[in-house]
Amino acid sequence: MPYRPRWAVRVARGTRRLFRAADDRLGLSPVVGRLLKHPVPPGAGWLYVFGSATLIAFMIQVVTGIALAMAYVPSSGQAYDSLRFISRDAPFGHVLRGIHFFGASAMVLLVGLHTIRVYLMAAYKYPREMNWLTGAVLLALTLLMGFTGQLLRWDQNAVWSVIVGAEQASRVPAFGHLLARFILAGDAVGGATLSRFFAVHVFFIPAVIFLFIGAHVYLVVRHGISEPPKSGRPVDPPTYRRWYDDMLAREGHPFWPDAAWRDVVFGVGVVFVIIALAQIVGAPELGKPPDPTNLVAYPRPDWYLLWYFAVLALIPPSIESWVIVLAPLLFGLALLLVPFVSNRGERSPKRRPWAIAVVITAVMMIGVLWAAGARAAWSPDFNAPRLPDTLAGASPAVRTGATLFHDRGCENCHSISGIGGHRGPDLTTAGDRLTTAEMVIRIMNGGRNMPPFAANLRPDEVDALVAFLRSRRR
Amino acid sequence: MSAEPRTTQSRRRWLAMMSAGLSGLAALAVATPVVGFILSPLWKRAPRIWRDVGPVSDFAIGSTVEVAFADSSPLPWAGVTARTAAWLRRMDATNFVAFAANCTHLGCPVRWLPDAKLFMCPCHGGVYDSAGRVTAGPPPRPLARYDVRVREGRVEIRTMPLPTA
Repeated sequence: MPYRPRWAVRVARGTRRLFRAADDRLGLSPVVGRLLKHPVPPGAGWLYVFGSATLIAFMIQVVTGIALAMAYVPSSGQAYDSLRFISRDAPFGHVLRGIHFFGASAMVLLVGLHTIRVYLMAAYKYPREMNWLTGAVLLALTLLMGFTGQLLRWDQNAVWSVIVGAEQASRVPAFGHLLARFILAGDAVGGATLSRFFAVHVFFIPAVIFLFIGAHVYLVVRHGISEPPKSGRPVDPPTYRRWYDDMLAREGHPFWPDAAWRDVVFGVGVVFVIIALAQIVGAPELGKPPDPTNLVAYPRPDWYLLWYFAVLALIPPSIESWVIVLAPLLFGLALLLVPFVSNRGERSPKRRPWAIAVVITAVMMIGVLWAAGARAAWSPDFNAPRLPDTLAGASPAVRTGATLFHDRGCENCHSISGIGGHRGPDLTTAGDRLTTAEMVIRIMNGGRNMPPFAANLRPDEVDALVAFLRSRRR
Repeated sequence: MSAEPRTTQSRRRWLAMMSAGLSGLAALAVATPVVGFILSPLWKRAPRIWRDVGPVSDFAIGSTVEVAFADSSPLPWAGVTARTAAWLRRMDATNFVAFAANCTHLGCPVRWLPDAKLFMCPCHGGVYDSAGRVTAGPPPRPLARYDVRVREGRVEIRTMPLPTA
């Protein structure tokens, strides 16, 4: 043993004694130690890190959220100014907002990945049904945090999002209007609206999330981490627990550090990616002030709900109210029913092709809707520029037609050579497709999803417009 | 336990029931004002009041313009959010029509395009003609209209709760 001065030996001995005494009175090692070292099945690899990473993202949200709340003023009239102060003047304010935004994004993404992993590996089967149910609630709460958080940005977009939310709630039969009033906290967006969303986002939902995370983690420890599935090894409830305990006794590893190191490495990676994105990309820019009388607005949800924005645009109006009210309910119900539909049998995705099909379908549906929501072809293009003369051509009638095409709003919905909206058909080569008579009929009478223009065009204007459109050829 | 006299058992049952009942009572006593406070907007309806939006002479016959006015009961800290906008059209010397700026689909702000004579919604592409009738897109109903009146040479609009349906 190398020489150590006497005082160093004493300090070391004293520290040990102090720790032992504290540990004895606090009872740390028997509880925390056993928790950390509880045995986990072998083979749990990198796919098992999404749950803990979601928790880490949530912790980032708590910490950055507390910091932001120290400067944010939850008042309808002043929140926007306080956010401008946080973003522009407060030291670290901009990057803090960025971390909170990308932390939210990470949480949504990771909770989604975690759900998919658990579903594909059927880890929700006996005896972990309640793990799944508490997790489903946490998934819903995460999305709710995303929506309410976007509203706290309290810019023009947020104000219209509250109104859109209230209008959706008002579609619920019988008490829809009460729900809408509850969301707006009155007759319209006003002084009472924001403080309620603040309380919900900052106090209520986080408290429920803490509660459910506690239950979720407790259940993970109580039932043990699910072993990686193997085809041909079905879950049999009467014998599963004994089999699982025997397996752990035989080949289990202590969670810390044998399995936990992967959670740490991935979690730390998530933290650094969030911070890097906050630094490089930055927080979402604040929109215009929350003035409901500024009607030049393009309300859009943040990326995690952009696919739902597409749903609202694309469902047929006749079934729309049903979809708005029932779809979220049915989706939630389906999620909650998963462990009740089958809590035994095969767990391996290789033996559960339907599970793979469900995940691929869901991911594809959300992906396609997301892309559609990002493009928003159904929205008129209010900023379409005038068609350049080079495009319109030399003939005066055709040029007049091109001007009318812009002024009378045709261009908001129809594009020509890449200029204009995408709501209606592209008319770049309309001259090849439609005769003069067909064009006149369509313009005057309108059509499916097109307003009639008979009342708003003189005969010579119709002629000019048709001359312009007839000149659009390949 | 079974060896204990009946009276002890029934006493225990009574104590358990009493404790649960008392706790429930305390919870109810706290919950009543809390829930009542949170739900109060449901039954506290703001009055619908007339708001001045300017002298009649400010509006040209046939033109449709945006007007802004204060909500019916603005809170002192509401700031700009206490304001509401509507599309006001002067029909003739004394008659006005005011359309709600909220699309009947999901409440987004419709915009009046004066040359196209259409209202268009930026969210999901609802289109209305100059009378506020739906001509394209998902809106289920025509644009809502505010009550408008002219009093002593000034145009007044009567506030209306959201959603406009």
